[in-house]
Amino acid sequence: MDLSLSTRTENGPAGDRTVVVVGGEIDVYTAPKLREQLIDLVSSGQYHLVVDMEGVEFLDSTGLGVLVGGLKRVRAHEGSLRLVCTQERILKIFRITGLTKVFPIHTSVEEAVAATD
Amino acid sequence: MALVELLLAPLPAHVRTARLVVLAAARRAGLEDGLVDEIRLAVSESTSRAVALNARHAAEVPVKILVSDDPTGLTLSVTDAGPRAGPGLDDLSEELLAGQDADDAADPDVALAVLSGLVDEVAIEPAPTGTTVTMRWPLPAGSAGPGGTVLSQS
Repeated sequence: MDLSLSTRTENGPAGDRTVVVVGGEIDVYTAPKLREQLIDLVSSGQYHLVVDMEGVEFLDSTGLGVLVGGLKRVRAHEGSLRLVCTQERILKIFRITGLTKVFPIHTSVEEAVAATD
Repeated sequence: MALVELLLAPLPAHVRTARLVVLAAARRAGLEDGLVDEIRLAVSESTSRAVALNARHAAEVPVKILVSDDPTGLTLSVTDAGPRAGPGLDDLSEELLAGQDADDAADPDVALAVLSGLVDEVAIEPAPTGTTVTMRWPLPAGSAGPGGTVLSQS
């Protein structure tokens, strides 16, 4: 399955959050599409992102590289990038790479949008 | 022994081709669902790395993937035509945060480090033209299927 992307804005206690809903497979072939989406959002001044990964069927280190790139871009504007993921098979690669200590990972979009820390 | 051999032009789209073919072979060999997920990630990491190396250093050379199973296990090997693999990495998150170029592409060594953390049996050995990464997963006794298939794709 190819990659699907959609965005919406949700209002949280600390301001608007842009929710990026990702579905399908994130690998070396599809990752550039996600990368462009994150760059476009930051270029248009949206620095607080929530990436909803509940519809992601597959993610490898190429996809992680794009998420890390997104994190670095929003941090340059004092923004945030939060992930929503409860799938064990996706969380596994975050644990292997130690990125669980780099990304805030939430169990729902609601929780991520409500986060203020 | 059931054998599948794949020759892939070093194109990003073929990483998915590799996942589909290797997963079909793994399911046919009778591996458990949990291991199939692990193999899916292992194929993607090893093939992405090889595709990137060949595309950069030897674009005319296909990436070679070999899957074989016998009654004791399934073996996957991926051979690239890039420079010899370097030493492993200690801190992956640091590498992912620091070692990126403008495309957000991680160092090929990141894939090797992920494989080392993911798969119990991994060997990284010099091949005549580059490096072969070989991974092995044990099979439940008596579950290997008969017959063989040879498949080439580019």
